[in-house]
Amino acid sequence: MSTPLNKLPIQAVINGEPKMFLAAPGQVLADVLRDELELIGTKIGCNTGDCGACSVLVNDRLVCSCLVLAAEVEGQSVQTIEGIADGAVLHPVQQKLLEHGGLQCGVCTPGVVVAAKALLDSNPNPTEEEARYWLAGNLCRCTGYDKIIHAVLDAAEAIREGAAS
Amino acid sequence: MNAKQEFKIVGTRPIRPDGLDKVTGRARYGADLNMQGQIYGHILRSPHAHANIKSIDCSNALAMEGVLAVMTGEDLAEPGNIVLGSGEGAIALKDLIPMVMSQGKVLFHAQAVAAVAATTAALAAEAAAAIEIVYEVLPAVTDMHEALADGAPILHSDRFPDGKPKEPTNLAAEITMQVGEPDAAFERADVIVERTYSVPMCHQGYIEPHACVVRVDAAKRVDLWCCTQGHFTVRQYTAAVTGISLGNIRVTPSEIGGGFGGKTTVYLEPIAVILAQKSGRPVKIVMDRGDVFRTTGPAPGATTRVKLGATKDGRLIAADVECLMDSGAYNGNPAGIPAFMATACYKLTDARSSGRSVYTNKPKIHAYRAPSMPQVTLAFELVINEVAAELKIDPLEFRLNNAVEEGDVNMMGAPYKRIGLRECLEAARSHPHYQSSVADGAGRGIAAGYWINAGMQSSATLNVSPDGSVSLLTGSPDIGGSRASMAIMGAEVLGIPLETIYPQVVATDAVGHCDVTGGSRTTLATGQAVIQAADELVAELCRRVALEWDVPEDEVMWSDGAAHHGEKSLSFKDLASRASAMGGPLTVSSSLNSTSASPGFGVHICDAEVDKETGRTTITRYTVVQDAGKAIHPTYVEGQMQGGAAQGIGWALNEEYVYNDQGVLENAGFLDYRIPVASDLPFIDTVIVEVPNPLHPYGVKGVGEVPIVPPMPAVAQAVFDSGNIRVMDLPLNPAKVAAAIIEAP
Amino acid sequence: MAVQEFVAPKSLPEAQGIFANDGSASWLAGGTDLLVGMRLGMRDPSRIIDLKQIPELMALEVSDDSILIGAAASAYDILHNSEIGSLCPGLADALDLIGSTQIQGRCSAGGNLCNASPAADSIPALIANGAVCRILGSSGERLLPVEDFLVGPGKNALKADELLVQLVLPKPMLGTSDAYLRLTPRTEMDIAVAGTGVSITLDTAGVCTAARVAIGAVAPTALLVEAAGQALVGSKLEDEAIDSAVTAVRAAASPISDKRGSAQYRTHVVGVLVKRAIQRAQARINAGAKA
Repeated sequence: MSTPLNKLPIQAVINGEPKMFLAAPGQVLADVLRDELELIGTKIGCNTGDCGACSVLVNDRLVCSCLVLAAEVEGQSVQTIEGIADGAVLHPVQQKLLEHGGLQCGVCTPGVVVAAKALLDSNPNPTEEEARYWLAGNLCRCTGYDKIIHAVLDAAEAIREGAAS
Repeated sequence: MNAKQEFKIVGTRPIRPDGLDKVTGRARYGADLNMQGQIYGHILRSPHAHANIKSIDCSNALAMEGVLAVMTGEDLAEPGNIVLGSGEGAIALKDLIPMVMSQGKVLFHAQAVAAVAATTAALAAEAAAAIEIVYEVLPAVTDMHEALADGAPILHSDRFPDGKPKEPTNLAAEITMQVGEPDAAFERADVIVERTYSVPMCHQGYIEPHACVVRVDAAKRVDLWCCTQGHFTVRQYTAAVTGISLGNIRVTPSEIGGGFGGKTTVYLEPIAVILAQKSGRPVKIVMDRGDVFRTTGPAPGATTRVKLGATKDGRLIAADVECLMDSGAYNGNPAGIPAFMATACYKLTDARSSGRSVYTNKPKIHAYRAPSMPQVTLAFELVINEVAAELKIDPLEFRLNNAVEEGDVNMMGAPYKRIGLRECLEAARSHPHYQSSVADGAGRGIAAGYWINAGMQSSATLNVSPDGSVSLLTGSPDIGGSRASMAIMGAEVLGIPLETIYPQVVATDAVGHCDVTGGSRTTLATGQAVIQAADELVAELCRRVALEWDVPEDEVMWSDGAAHHGEKSLSFKDLASRASAMGGPLTVSSSLNSTSASPGFGVHICDAEVDKETGRTTITRYTVVQDAGKAIHPTYVEGQMQGGAAQGIGWALNEEYVYNDQGVLENAGFLDYRIPVASDLPFIDTVIVEVPNPLHPYGVKGVGEVPIVPPMPAVAQAVFDSGNIRVMDLPLNPAKVAAAIIEAP
Repeated sequence: MAVQEFVAPKSLPEAQGIFANDGSASWLAGGTDLLVGMRLGMRDPSRIIDLKQIPELMALEVSDDSILIGAAASAYDILHNSEIGSLCPGLADALDLIGSTQIQGRCSAGGNLCNASPAADSIPALIANGAVCRILGSSGERLLPVEDFLVGPGKNALKADELLVQLVLPKPMLGTSDAYLRLTPRTEMDIAVAGTGVSITLDTAGVCTAARVAIGAVAPTALLVEAAGQALVGSKLEDEAIDSAVTAVRAAASPISDKRGSAQYRTHVVGVLVKRAIQRAQARINAGAKA
């Protein structure tokens, strides 16, 4: 029988809320987020860590949720795309992506938002090159990255100005 | 018709209506919908690239607890000689069904051979593995040149390009076009250049894998939800493949995570329908990334020979083009485009162009952004550059000397209307990029590109609510921002605030027929349906106002979102709130088969640096100039230009299908199928040229496809220009460029 | 089969106890190879033992004479340890080239080594730095140089009851620096067509007193090319010395032709990279001397 009945109870803080859920021992975090917790904003483009669409933050660290076992996040905090905006207030990366048109089909966008937020959390003033290399793990086939990079650099500036004022 | 020139909202850059859901993760794509009681489909795929199926035994799978249905190709329709659709969009059922599931014969590795539905995805996979299939394995051929050689394995012994039975070959189709007397014209040429270039098979590389979920109701009606560029086409194809009538299928499109032509057909949908029918449960199938590469339709590889002749005064006078294209295992019709369109950018009264396509043991090719045009343009534009160089004329000036303009006739025979190639070339010439000097050790390339652009069928419905808001319904899946442009055009006509229009893409039974989002047609043709519907709504409002005020209808004027007569006026909002008293609900539908398409042209400028020791190429500067007719939402026009350029750059530098000698795709994943990453590209500068399309009320021309046409020759020329590095066989990956450096004069 | 059990032992003895009882278990560090292998059907463990709760495997320590890297510590952790980054900038470069930012958040130097891909980025850098594996088995601990840890493509020297605990690098002495360079078609998210890690030591006169040159993706395993190092020792890294090193490297390379590059191209390019890596390490030493 391929579906183990011995699911593990996992406790973790998901987008700021303590949650308890069941996960099979070999089940990846991306599947649990989407199938058990109904957080479908985390997208699956490849399942092998090559596209970045499933990017999430685990204890504030950027990872591909297709390459993390759900069991590994026991006791940890997970932030998904659904937890990036502050209620109705968009994160500057989200706002600038909208303003710059930094999305077309939008399926890579949740991963880009999460990855760009992680970048700006660790480097508030990235160069174009730093932004491009940081986001190299987030494949986008629609935009040629131009408007994404502009949006991220503009968001960085907005955050710096916000912090200064 | 003269296109409208003055606009209030058209040409502005509002935030797209679907944007908020996309940046917050709420938007629902193909794999994001689940139905109550849903089970999971898994597809068993052939381990062989060429084989006869001797037997399939599903009994082991069916016997497993939790397995609710199995199916094979026998559950699908008999293809016969049925052809679906017409023109370039036509496809024979015998070429469509086997891309869903094989029926007795396997012609490419990983072709679907059976499917299972079970209570969990893991169980479905396990059950599929328990299906017993006996194959008679046959030798496979994946190289199109080898496929034409004597003794090559024959894929279809019953297919003949001209329909006349003879000794079978792998030649799928052949078409030759000619104008004037090219052979005689070459005699008059002062300069003749002839070259042959090859381009590999490549994939659209959309990030979202195919996915669908289906339920069948008690009355056997099928409710299908999937990611697609055209749900009316999904309905048509699914009906034909399963034998279910059109009226019994409803298709609702999800958000779509990229397609670029690749999601204009069906792969999973008919399988999910059959499994749902058999099991009585909703069935969900999500394609694995590897299978996206292995089994969906890529773009054809091609080898193109171009011979051009010119006179000393810089006039191009003769062309001879011969393009061989890889069709994959079934007929994907790639050969017509090179025959008809290879010469489309240039005034050529004496030219011949032929296209041939070949069957190989690979998935049948499918549309990818300006299908077949980048491949043939690579060779054509590089030879144009060589001719210009021999004549010692600037390559941009040479193109300007010979660029087509209004009244010129191409291979297809109809004279061009108002087109914008010349304007694009002039804009490129005066652009700071072209005016700048090339950095030491770098090279520069320019290339022009053409795409025919489509019109086709579109529909739109406007439903006005009592609060004055408008639901704008179309059947054109929004792949790059079209809901924004539809709302803009609707608001422009109605004169109401943009944010009171709610554009939606709705199911096949909720709006009139719309052909696929493809052919760069949505903003043009569906936009035209929206404009037409909005015009009709305005006319209806004016009729109602005329009745109310008891004035002649033609004296009621509509402007700024209100009806006017003398001093009196009634706003759209007032009319909406009083609709029930003034004649009932306000709803207008409009449909058309657009013949308004106008060809698109673009000119690209590329600077590249080549590491002369490793052969590695870096694109250092890139500019896209393109005629959009009229940019409804300039941001998304630029987005198309940048995205198309990036795809073309990827194809030029690193993207290719690599098959082993067993016919197995060796790079079926995003690690080794190398689409460009953010750090591979510079900012891509854009110049939108606006030469209004006289056939469209707002002057729109399609923009989505043109930008993938020039990049391959622009990049190849830049690499060449950096140090006489000529690679005849793309991609320009480090190994090939290094080898060419060693051979460089 | 599918994974039946997930355990996260808190200590080495606990981990060993679990592993000794189950031959079909897999260690889990960053998971960036294991989980991909499971997804692609190449790995099928019944039990997964997460190593990241074990302090020894997560340790990052710089002492007077050595650098200690826990086998499960992520590239991200190592890269954010400023001491290791400044002592071994080439090793940092290598770790920074593995996959994406996301992958670096998880992947470990120990996992990269155990996975034993001929093209692994961190391995030539580890070899160049003289890294030694600390291996714990049921019969005790043993030490093995990284270059001897590699047995073949995807094969390492661990016995069934053994676990790679740590990597121990001699702390680079004054006048020493390293570099790692690779060639990939893309800038990022790619697998080396060829790679090289170089560590050199120069005296105050600029004469090379020690050098280790390792190459990757051009042989069944990453290789230490002793002859290349010897060609540099005693020189001031003049063109002739570097050319000799390049010749030695190309002679040692025995690459295959595959989808990522031909044997001929790989042999050519690894030489180019070695030359550049030597020059980069030299520049780093000179910059350090000025600072």
